[in-house]
Amino acid sequence: MILTDTMHEPAAIRQPADRNGQAVIHLESVHKTYYLGEVQVHALRGISLEIHEGEMVAVMGASGSGKSTLMNIVGCLDRPTKGSYQLAGVDVSNMTKVELARIRNSRIGFVFQQFNLLSRTSALENVELPTIYAGLPPEERHQRARRALEQVGLADRAHHHPSQLSGGQQQRVAIARALVNQPSILLADEPTGNLDSRTSVEVMDIFQRLNEEHGITVVLVTHEHDIASYAKRNLEFRDGKLRRDVLVRDRMMARDILPTMKSVGEEDEEEQARER
Amino acid sequence: MDFWSTLQLALRALARNKMRSSLTMLGIIIGVGAVIATVSIGQGAEYLIQQGIEGMGTNAVFISAGSNRPGGSRMGYFGVKTLTTDDMQAILREVPLIREAAPVVFTRTQVVYQNQNWNTRVEGTSPVYFSIRRWNVIAGTTFSDEEVSAAANVCVLGQTVARLLFPNQDPVGSTIRLREMPFRVIGVLQGRGQSATGDDQDDRIIAPYTTVQRKLAGITWLHYINASAFSPETARNAVPQIEALLVERHRIRNSDEADFFVSTQSEVADMANETQRVMTILLGSVACVSLLVGGIGIMNIMLVSVTERTREIGVRMAVGATENDVQQQFLVEAVTLSMMGGTVGIVAGLAGSAMIANFLRWPTLVSATAIVVAALFSACVGIFFGYYPARKAAQLDPIEALRYE
Repeated sequence: MILTDTMHEPAAIRQPADRNGQAVIHLESVHKTYYLGEVQVHALRGISLEIHEGEMVAVMGASGSGKSTLMNIVGCLDRPTKGSYQLAGVDVSNMTKVELARIRNSRIGFVFQQFNLLSRTSALENVELPTIYAGLPPEERHQRARRALEQVGLADRAHHHPSQLSGGQQQRVAIARALVNQPSILLADEPTGNLDSRTSVEVMDIFQRLNEEHGITVVLVTHEHDIASYAKRNLEFRDGKLRRDVLVRDRMMARDILPTMKSVGEEDEEEQARER
Repeated sequence: MDFWSTLQLALRALARNKMRSSLTMLGIIIGVGAVIATVSIGQGAEYLIQQGIEGMGTNAVFISAGSNRPGGSRMGYFGVKTLTTDDMQAILREVPLIREAAPVVFTRTQVVYQNQNWNTRVEGTSPVYFSIRRWNVIAGTTFSDEEVSAAANVCVLGQTVARLLFPNQDPVGSTIRLREMPFRVIGVLQGRGQSATGDDQDDRIIAPYTTVQRKLAGITWLHYINASAFSPETARNAVPQIEALLVERHRIRNSDEADFFVSTQSEVADMANETQRVMTILLGSVACVSLLVGGIGIMNIMLVSVTERTREIGVRMAVGATENDVQQQFLVEAVTLSMMGGTVGIVAGLAGSAMIANFLRWPTLVSATAIVVAALFSACVGIFFGYYPARKAAQLDPIEALRYE
């Protein structure tokens, strides 16, 4: 990883140019300290960060860099030890567990590496899950879940169970589930970690479309640099600190890449042809 | 989240593991079924005893000729000659708690009608006997006091005797022979069926006691006096008075050597009921133990389920389920399991007691109380044994739960 020439970017570049909206995520010197017996672990050491509406941000860093802790705090699954966190203008750093659950339900959409769909449960019902906890009436739940499935292009698979769907399709169902309550941000933790390269680009295509066409703010954690290059802005963490915050210069667009990639079927055919 | 959605979630989760859910329910089904069946059988037995006692007359007091020790060997019940009609008159005169009394003597003899014959018990008594025992004739009449005074050769037949001697005709008006003596049949009694002790109460002939004493048994004393008090309580209170009276009349110095025995139906009933209660409690507690085991089964499966579904719980929390939502979900699942088991168990218990009633010819009484208690109890089992696993699920840390492999 080459960091030397970009360690300290000029301020002008560090501030993203297209921040027309207000800050959706606003972290102010956030610390997180764990106590493992006598030992203190400083997972985050004073992070200050703003992410604005309509941004698409990739968070990078080695394991132990604090990026998971950051995502947990940003996702309202955890609270900072010190510092403040405002989500869409609301200070959530001192909320109770119940309040945080409500915020997660209404403001945040989670996408996981393992998809985490409920097995033996149809795609539609999986997508409906957050609407149940929002207390919506059944008709509206179905309606919203259908619309979310349409957004990820899986309207025709509504009644399939996860075991009947491919990995990419499962992840799209998971994205629909994250979208169904119309959250302020989409948080994706290694969303392509379990997918092959073409399916990964397909999933990035969906994120980019949601970001471009619907203005949804996307924050994703990834190990892979090429996946990070589909985002508009990259954050890099090391030792609990934000070490790099750059705009992506040559941003890749999934819809341009996809036609140049061979589908899994085509690759198989080629292999078979070579064997012959 | 509203209750209806929670219930739907629970049903869906249970439906996802049908085999496991039904096996878990089986514990509760067996427990509740056993409780219902046991209680039905117990109440049936109580009903049988009650019926038997009512047949004897609920206020009845029995003064039986008892054992004395002529020369050291005891004679057993009905073995002494000291109980007489004079004693009966004295009781009626001096114990005001006693309303009426009938003398009873009995013997066994062969009874013949044309080419039919049968060996049966012949009881001699007075007309009061029928009112004390609330036992009426279904054909003809009973005998009168005049016929008793005259020691007339008349008799009333029990159903069994009537059926055996007169298979195809009305016995009333016919003449049967007892010890070569002709007896005119003047009535047939209602059927009584088996007594609480299993005897056929209809296998008997009833005649005036004077006739039986002089012509059939050849005795002058009584076997017992079937008396009746005004109520079950007065029957109990009359016992010591009768005892005192007879001790005096029979000149007994030491009450241990009494040549009579006074008992009431309530004593018999109390004893029978006590035995029955002990049996019911015993069987009931075995059934309760199986309910308890069923509850532990639910707890076990719920704990397994919570562990298995750790990730699911994490996802639910991530998308906005509160601790309460999660706890409610698992609690409702446990209660649904136990209540469904309870419902099936009630049906199984009812079917079981119906089968027992049918095949063993044992009356079973299904009480509404037992059903309500069983339903409530199974719900409580669900709540009690479901609470801990549900609490455990609710207290999972979403971050840990999401990372759980």
